[in-house]
Amino acid sequence: MSAYTTNEMMTVAAARRLKNGAVCFVGIGLPSKAANLARLTSSPDVVLIYESGPIGAKPTVLPLSIGDGELAETADTVVPTGEIFRYWLQGGRIDVGFLGAAQVDRFGNINTTVIGDYNSPKVRLPGAGGAPEIAGSAKEVLIILKQSHRTFVDKLAFITSVGHGEGGDHRKQLGLPGKGPVALITDLCIMEPEAGTSEFIVTSLHPGVTREQVIENTGWAIRFAPDVAETLAPNETELTALRALEARTAAAHGQLGGEE
Amino acid sequence: MAEILSLREAVERFINDGDTVALEGFTHLIPTAASHEIIRQGKKNLHLARMTPDLVYDLLIGAGCARKLTFSWGGNPGVGSLHRLRDAVEKQWPNALEIDEHSHADLANSYVAGASGLPFAVLRAYVGSDLPKVNPNIKFINCPFTGETLAAVPSVRPDVTVIHAQKADRKGNVLLWGILGVQKEAALAAKRCIVTVEEIVDDLNAPMNACVLPTWALTAVCHVPGGAHPSYAHGYYERDNRFYQAWDPIARNRETFTAWIDEYIRGTKDFSEFQQKIAQAKTAEAK
Repeated sequence: MSAYTTNEMMTVAAARRLKNGAVCFVGIGLPSKAANLARLTSSPDVVLIYESGPIGAKPTVLPLSIGDGELAETADTVVPTGEIFRYWLQGGRIDVGFLGAAQVDRFGNINTTVIGDYNSPKVRLPGAGGAPEIAGSAKEVLIILKQSHRTFVDKLAFITSVGHGEGGDHRKQLGLPGKGPVALITDLCIMEPEAGTSEFIVTSLHPGVTREQVIENTGWAIRFAPDVAETLAPNETELTALRALEARTAAAHGQLGGEE
Repeated sequence: MAEILSLREAVERFINDGDTVALEGFTHLIPTAASHEIIRQGKKNLHLARMTPDLVYDLLIGAGCARKLTFSWGGNPGVGSLHRLRDAVEKQWPNALEIDEHSHADLANSYVAGASGLPFAVLRAYVGSDLPKVNPNIKFINCPFTGETLAAVPSVRPDVTVIHAQKADRKGNVLLWGILGVQKEAALAAKRCIVTVEEIVDDLNAPMNACVLPTWALTAVCHVPGGAHPSYAHGYYERDNRFYQAWDPIARNRETFTAWIDEYIRGTKDFSEFQQKIAQAKTAEAK
């Protein structure tokens, strides 16, 4: 097995969670990379929907922005943005919402709005985009982001998109139709919500990653499942497909596809 | 009936200080030339609406044209932050900017409601999110039939909407295709609508189900080839990804930004002269 980076491990682990045939509402950046890797490897019939309107997009290079022409040209159809959110998302037709985040908390709530006070923020982030409704209405949600003290925080300054709210069955009490986040996939591990509390606990460590590393890079007292698995390392097929995708993207755009 | 006008005349006549203005285009067909012309004419106190403010509004905000922004995602797509937007929000430069922040689904629905002549839009959203806590324009209502809690948001009804499209015919009927975003809804939600187009042709040759905005629903059509650059016009030119990257260091500080708009926007008479100047700068750089 050839060497791989922690970012490659993260992307491959996320791609494996996307079942063949699933209808996936894809966020730009890391989710888009993982979703397209899934389409190019284990899940050729995954249906990728982007909030700009392409349905069934099959890009050969990763889009840098949510509305790149490549998405429109390779899609089964392109519909107006209002329709994407009304008929396809709110209409209950999305199996998986695939999201990135600036910060998450232990219940999978997402902040993409501000760090600090809303009216005098320390950092003004881009904002909600499509995420609140994707997080609310997709049948389930996958979240992918790099893990650190700054991104996995004990208390979010702002909840932009709701995960499991305050934990337990809070999400159900809120009346949201979807199941909420079912996995947090990082460069260190995979976390899944614990039955009952809905708090994210580590269920799989990536090869070579220690529990101490995860603890150091999490802003709350992270817990581990009774049986923590070791994530299967990326295989040659996955690595080859991912690297080819990145090389095509770099050749087309002069930069890697949306790492932000 | 839409009048076929120069962009300068359309902006002079139909965009007034203090107006609510929506420049729409979801990555594709962004009306960049129109934003430049608004800066050239020094329009003031605009309430800008747009789902994704990106470079067109970074320019207008940094140039001091805006007092308020209605939006749902503010970044430089594929690159990072909008530095002029952040400077206005975080440090009130060049003036304070009131923000009215929503989500994409909300604003898309708000334009649909605006185009439909309705006062508000309804959607299943926002429960558990902090956005309603900071935006009094997001309210909750109960469905009169099922009792379900739903979000209600005011429709967006701009004084003026500006969009860019591929083609118009000589009567001012407009055809657009590819990623359509909310342009049709934004155009029909507004009191006045200006459309800049890549070309004006004798016959649109529009397929039966194509997105056509009839001339009688529009105010002005302006021939501005390349007017969406650095975004793209499907069938005409591609997205200039390098420009989006190059924008980051220009917009990062006040001095480089001001020098850039003074030279390239305020220092040119129209978009065509701007394009020549950019092309010259590129050639000089290559030498």
